[in-house]
Amino acid sequence: MTTHPSTSSGHVQEDKVVFGFWVYLMSDCVLFAGLFATYAVLQNATFGGPSIAELVSVPFVLTETMILLTSSFTVGLALLAAHRHSGTTTLRVGYGAGKKYLVLTLLAVTLLLGLAFLGMELKEFSHLLAEGNGPSRSAFLSSFFTLIGTHGLHVFFGSLWMLILMAHIVIKGLNPGTVRKLTMVSLFWHFLDIIWIFIFTIVYLMGALAL
Amino acid sequence: MFGKLTPDAFIHGPVETGAQLIVVVGALVVIGLLFYTKSWGWLYRNWLTSVDHKKIGVMYLVLSFVMLMRGAMDALMMRAQQVVAVGDSAGYLSPDHYSQIFTAHGVIMIFFVAMPFMFGLINLIVPLQIGSRDVAYPFLNSMSLWLTVAGAMLMNLSLVAGEFAAVGWLAYPPLSELQFSPGVGVDYYIWALQIAGVGTLLSGINFLVTIIKMRAPGMWLMRMPIFVWTVLGSMLLVIFAFPILTATLGLLSLDRIFGMHFFTTDLGGSAMMYVNLIWAWGHPEVYILILPAFGIFSEIVPVFSQKKLFGYTSMVVATLLIVILSFVVWVHHFFTMGAGANVNAFFGIMTMVIAIPTGVKVFNWLFTMFRGRIVFATPMLWFMGFLTTFILGGMTGVLMAIPGADFQLHNSLFLVAHFHNMIIGGVLFGFFAGFVYWFPKIFGFTLNERLGKWAFWNWIVGFLLAFIPLYALGLMGMTRRLSQVDPIFQPLLIVAAVGACVIALGMFFQILQLIVSVLQRKKNIAGPDPWPGPAGGGRTLEWATSSPPPHYNFASIPRVHGRDAFWVLKEANGPVKEGKTWPERRSSALEAAHERTHIEMPKYTPVGFIVAGCAFLSGFGIVWHIWWLALLGLVAIAIILIARSFESEIEYTIAV
Ligand code: HEM
Ligand SMILES: [Cu+2]
Repeated sequence: MTTHPSTSSGHVQEDKVVFGFWVYLMSDCVLFAGLFATYAVLQNATFGGPSIAELVSVPFVLTETMILLTSSFTVGLALLAAHRHSGTTTLRVGYGAGKKYLVLTLLAVTLLLGLAFLGMELKEFSHLLAEGNGPSRSAFLSSFFTLIGTHGLHVFFGSLWMLILMAHIVIKGLNPGTVRKLTMVSLFWHFLDIIWIFIFTIVYLMGALAL
Repeated sequence: MFGKLTPDAFIHGPVETGAQLIVVVGALVVIGLLFYTKSWGWLYRNWLTSVDHKKIGVMYLVLSFVMLMRGAMDALMMRAQQVVAVGDSAGYLSPDHYSQIFTAHGVIMIFFVAMPFMFGLINLIVPLQIGSRDVAYPFLNSMSLWLTVAGAMLMNLSLVAGEFAAVGWLAYPPLSELQFSPGVGVDYYIWALQIAGVGTLLSGINFLVTIIKMRAPGMWLMRMPIFVWTVLGSMLLVIFAFPILTATLGLLSLDRIFGMHFFTTDLGGSAMMYVNLIWAWGHPEVYILILPAFGIFSEIVPVFSQKKLFGYTSMVVATLLIVILSFVVWVHHFFTMGAGANVNAFFGIMTMVIAIPTGVKVFNWLFTMFRGRIVFATPMLWFMGFLTTFILGGMTGVLMAIPGADFQLHNSLFLVAHFHNMIIGGVLFGFFAGFVYWFPKIFGFTLNERLGKWAFWNWIVGFLLAFIPLYALGLMGMTRRLSQVDPIFQPLLIVAAVGACVIALGMFFQILQLIVSVLQRKKNIAGPDPWPGPAGGGRTLEWATSSPPPHYNFASIPRVHGRDAFWVLKEANGPVKEGKTWPERRSSALEAAHERTHIEMPKYTPVGFIVAGCAFLSGFGIVWHIWWLALLGLVAIAIILIARSFESEIEYTIAV
């Protein structure tokens, strides 16, 4: 197996792109902060409609959470597999073919888990809609749907991105470019996980306890 | 098929039809000229596809100047209306049209004049000042520009098809909700700002990373020019404030499109939540604009006082303090909300506290001038104008920071006078100063000084005439946004209208200055370091390269040995004395300090332009509920960006 330490200019490039992506994630964090604040303000504005306590099913949401956490674990494994390099601790990149399929498999598992999560979320939403508790029912439901829907939309785009990344890896194999992309996808995925933990705690758990 | 878009959308009253004609004829003239001079290829190859930060900067400036004309036109129309619509007379504008005009004026001036002006100057100068060849993400930079242009064009399109919002520049609900604004105006507002806002956010990230990661070797943080520091602060604010704007406008559009209830009057919505959210973005926004202006003055004052800047460290600290404090003052925009005495007291005191770092800056500039050999060139004149008007505006600002006083002055013309003081006297004068100061660097010839002085004097006199009376009118009890006024206000409104005309004269001289200077460019060739001083006045790295700089900026990346990096290089070459000009010294000092590498530059690409075009179509689709168009635009953007991610050769190398 051959290894190529990245050239100095390539390294700077990697540094810059991943750092910029971090900064983007910070700004996305602010976006969610705004939505959380909105939710906190409107939480009790049920206006005759159902309150969060009446809507939560903790086992269902816990399943969603476990699925998402597992997917975070698998994407982490994928990144580790891509970075694993015999004999050094630095994050250099190996190009072995076996490793490529391992990474692809782990990404596929992550993707499936992501889609399962989205499926469950859609089920929850359609259930609410069918009962007449759509986002236009009350200010509380507007903020509920928007906060969780925005997270779901992020998961959707993350899944799309993961699919494209897999195509990149199939075509080009593992190289500094694709590994950089993998790093960013996994950062994004972990970020969504953290946001979800906040949603799980603030929206669902605290909502259920209020009953 | 076309959603809400029907032929009726194009039929307006006489005044609106005039505006419609101006837009259509203007567009036709530009297109015609491009055909006549066979310039399409040139336009495409050199500009639309460019990822060169200097060209992108110039295009931002062009956008800003064009929109300034429109914003000023709106201002003149408002001033004229308030002179004639007195007592029983209704004036020449209907109340609805008048409301559209002040909304459009505010939106244009902030988002499509001040912001692009700022990003134009940042693009032009920051990479040069930090000794870099380009920004961190050149392609993203081009996309940011074109998204901003797309937003501006969507806004201009509202003159032709449909109407614009009539709800004030921040579109407070419930007025901006579907119930009270059923037309497409608010939707134009939302989507013009959303599209431009994405561009701004991307630029914010881009320049933050550029400043953090791309500085020349030896340029430590505490050696950066103050302009770079202030841009860093401003970009931090962009990154932390613009997502709030995106979220807030997003929620408003969910209300309008999907019938949700965030800010509605019924089913639990809270309009005051919108006001809180929008000002949590809005107050940082004013510092986003003013910080780079502070930075520009911090470059200009030392050069034209021929002394190094007084209190560099305190400038940096003041900048960072302003960045932090600007997030904890937003409630001063609505003390009247009724949040209670303690909340109001907190925000009132924080507002006064933020005046302290600002005061520090003013004293630093004054001490820089103290015992300097001041050259009163036009950039310095703009600075002096800034100093007087900005201090006046600052005083009235601190006055309104007292909640009790603000209860009287809120929503009055006193407030309008205050913020124009800050935003014309502060932001705009700062950017004008920067424009005159850096113009020779970018274009290679100097601007005509005499016409520049004429422009300045008209602006400052016109400004005082147009806005000082508004303080008095505000104290007399005149509220803002009135399409019809009481006769007792008329005399002062006439003075204000005269002032607006004098400002217009100032703008005329600016245009004349540009034309004359372009015609005389052969006579006014600027060297690399054109401003006066022994061995040239330039102190920072942008003056170390030629004017205009080559597209790779520096043949070899300079090494930095101290603050005022270029000045240090000059002094390294023996004491700087009167009489010797820089170009002779340049070769030895610069070349010795240089390090030669091969030059890798990004390739030009039309992708940014095309993506923004799709965003424009998508925005138009959403405004008119033409859903297939909206979706088509979004899908096209996704496909284009995915396709680009598979492209590998995005750079080329210049051998040295
Ligand atoms: C060129 C000279 C200018 C003149 C003569 C002018 C005049 C005016 C007038 C008459 C109004 C309406 C006041 C009212 O509501 O009664 C106004 C509002 C406003 N102006 Fe200007 N203005 C000028 C430049 C600017 C600039 C450069 C900016 C910002 C960069 C700006 C930002 C605003 C904003 C945000 C509003 C509030 C709009 C609203 O009420 O929603 N103006 N201006
Ligand atoms: Cu403020």
